[in-house]
Amino acid sequence: MFPELNSILNTSPDNFKEREFIVLSDKQADASFLIHHYLTFYLRARCKVCFLGLVQSFSHYSAVSQRLGVNLTQAKEKGQLVFLEALKASPGVLLNKGTSDGIQTFDYLRSPFPELRGLFEFVHSSLTESGDDDGKPWGPPVLLVDDLSVLLSLGVSVGAILDFTHYCQATICSQLPGTMVVLVRRDEEWDEEEYSSGHLLQGVTHQCSLSLHVEGLSTGFCRDIHGQVAVWWRKRGQSAQSQRKIFQYKVHDKGASFFARGTSSAVL
Amino acid sequence: DSRIGTENSVSSLIGRNNATSFQKKTRSKLVSIPGTRPSVQNGQLIVSTGVTSLDYVIGGGLAVGTLLLIEEDQSDSYSQMLLRYFLAEGVVCGHELFLASAQDHPENIMQMLPSPILDDNVSTDQGDRPPTPLHLHDPDAMKIAWRYQNLPKFQTTFGSSLFGHCYDLSKPMEQQVRQAAKCHTFYLPEEKTAAKESSHLTGPYAGLLQCIQALIQKEGFDGSSSQCTVRNVLRVCLHSLGSALWGDDLCCSESPTHYHALTTFLYALRALLRSSLSVAMVTVPSHLIQVRVVIMERITKLSDTTLTLESFQGSEKETNPLYKDYHGLLHIRQVPHLNCLLCAIPDTKDLAFKLKRKQFTIEKLHLPPDLSESVSRVSKVELPGCGPTSKHLDF
Repeated sequence: MFPELNSILNTSPDNFKEREFIVLSDKQADASFLIHHYLTFYLRARCKVCFLGLVQSFSHYSAVSQRLGVNLTQAKEKGQLVFLEALKASPGVLLNKGTSDGIQTFDYLRSPFPELRGLFEFVHSSLTESGDDDGKPWGPPVLLVDDLSVLLSLGVSVGAILDFTHYCQATICSQLPGTMVVLVRRDEEWDEEEYSSGHLLQGVTHQCSLSLHVEGLSTGFCRDIHGQVAVWWRKRGQSAQSQRKIFQYKVHDKGASFFARGTSSAVL
Repeated sequence: DSRIGTENSVSSLIGRNNATSFQKKTRSKLVSIPGTRPSVQNGQLIVSTGVTSLDYVIGGGLAVGTLLLIEEDQSDSYSQMLLRYFLAEGVVCGHELFLASAQDHPENIMQMLPSPILDDNVSTDQGDRPPTPLHLHDPDAMKIAWRYQNLPKFQTTFGSSLFGHCYDLSKPMEQQVRQAAKCHTFYLPEEKTAAKESSHLTGPYAGLLQCIQALIQKEGFDGSSSQCTVRNVLRVCLHSLGSALWGDDLCCSESPTHYHALTTFLYALRALLRSSLSVAMVTVPSHLIQVRVVIMERITKLSDTTLTLESFQGSEKETNPLYKDYHGLLHIRQVPHLNCLLCAIPDTKDLAFKLKRKQFTIEKLHLPPDLSESVSRVSKVELPGCGPTSKHLDF
C-alpha cells in the first residue's frame, strides 16, 4: 500500500468507496506495482479478496507483500484471500495431466474454443461464500486480476474477455457492494487489427469507474523518474464531468512516491 | 509438493542463521549449487549468462526461474554466439543442459562451444578474493607515475571475473570437458512428428513442451523428489522459436493458423520455469515475424528479460563513424520483475556490443575520440542525431 497514492485518490483502508471498477493499464512501462498496492490495500481494509494470478506465482506476490507489510499466507489461511494459481496450473491443463478438481476453471486454456465461464464461476463462488474472522464477517468482496491481457496471448477473444469483466462487474459491483481491479497491458502501437489489446483496453476503460494509466516518459529513460500515471475519475450518473490528473512516480524498494510533474527531488 | 520453487529457493537454501551481528557472515550455510550465487540486489539465486559484461548489464545475472528472450540479429550470428556462451557456462559449472533446435543439429551447436580460459583469476567458487597485488618484478611496473600503480585499470567493459568465466572464441571447447556435461537435446526433424492428441496445446510446440516437462519431473528439478541429494540447475536453450522450421507460420503469413501457439507455449514454459530450478534462453527471429508489433509485445510480456541485438552487418550504420568501434547495438527491452517491487534498473540504455578476436563484450556506447590529423575544430564530422551544428558562433 502506498500512502501517497491513497492521498491522491482520497481513500484509505478505513474509508474507501465501494462498487468501484478500477482499471490499471500501462504502455512502455510496468504497472504491476499498482496491483501490489491494491492487493495490500484491500487486505488491510479487511475485505474478502479473490486474486487471479495469471502471470506470476503465489510466492512472488507473497514476497512483495511481505515487504509492504502484509502476510499473504496468513490471509489465505484465515480465508480472507482466495488465490488462484493459474500460472502454475497451466502446464498440467495444457498437457492434460491435471487432476479433475477445478478443471472447469481453466477452460480458457482449451483450444479450439477457449472460454471464461469456468473462471467466472470460480470468482462467483469464492466471493459469495461467507466466511468470518473470529465471528466478525469480512468486508465487501474484491476481485483482483493480474493481468487480463495475457488471456489474449492464450487465444481468448477480446469479446469473451469483455463479457467476463461485464459479468464480474454486474455481480461484484452491482449485486454485491464490492470492487474489482484489473490490469491490462497495451500493445506498443496498436492498430485496427481485431486481435490487438488496444480494443480490450478501450473496452474495459469504457466499463470502469477509475482508470490509472502508467506510461514511460516521452523524453526517454530516466533513473529517477520511472514514468507517469494518469489518474482518470470517470463520473457516472449525477455529474457527467470526469476529471483527469497526471503525476510522475518512482518505485522504491518498499513503496512508491508520486509527485506533480517536474517536481522530482532529482531535478529540483 | 513443489514448494521448493525458484522464488523461495534461496531462502530455503540458506539455513537459519542465528549468529550475532558481530560474527562474520559465512556462506558455508548456503547449500550452494556450483555456478550460482545470491544476487546482491535482492538475494535471488542467479546464474551467469557466460558473458560477464552481459551479466552486469542485466543486473548481476539471470535469476533462476526466469526466461531470457533474445531477439535475433538479422543473420543470427551474434544471438547464436550468446547461446553458445550460455551453454558453455553451463558445461563449465556442471549444470544440466537442454538444447532444442530445428535448424542446426544440437550436436553441431555443442561442438562449437567456446573454450573456457581457466586461469587463476577465475574460479568456480565465488569467494570474494582480494585483487592480486602487483608483483614488484612485473615488467609493467610503473617507474615514474608509481602512485597510479594500484589504481584499477580503466575499463570500458563491465563486470568482474569473480562470477562467471571467460571464454576464448577462437578455440573450441575440448571434447572431454564437453562430454562431462549432461546434455539433453531435442532436434525437431528427428522427433516423432505425431504429438499426442491428448494435449490441449496444438501446433508445433506440443512435443517440445512435453519433453521439457518430462525432463524437469524426471530429474527432480521441481523439487518433487526431496530425497534427491544433489541439487542442480537446468539450463534450457531454445533456438529460433517461431521460425518456419519449427512448423510455425508466424513468419510466413499475416494471419497464421497457429496464432497463439508460440505465446501459449511460452506461458506454459514460464510456469514450468517458475516452479523449478531452471533457467531458459530463447531466441526469436523477430525481424521475420509478419504481425511483428503485436506478437513481439506479447512474447516480451511473457518473458522476463528481453534483449534485442541489432547488428550493423549490411546496415548503413556499418560505415557510420559514430559506430566504428562496435559491431552492433544492444537494446534492453525489459528487465525482470520477480519477488521485488523495484527491478534492477540499468545505468544507461545506450549499449553496444563488439566482437573481438577471442571475446564478445558489451560496452557503454560512447563517441570515439577524434584523433585524426585534420581534426578541424570548425567543421566537425556531422554525426547523425546531433542535429545541424552551426559553424560559427556569433558573440
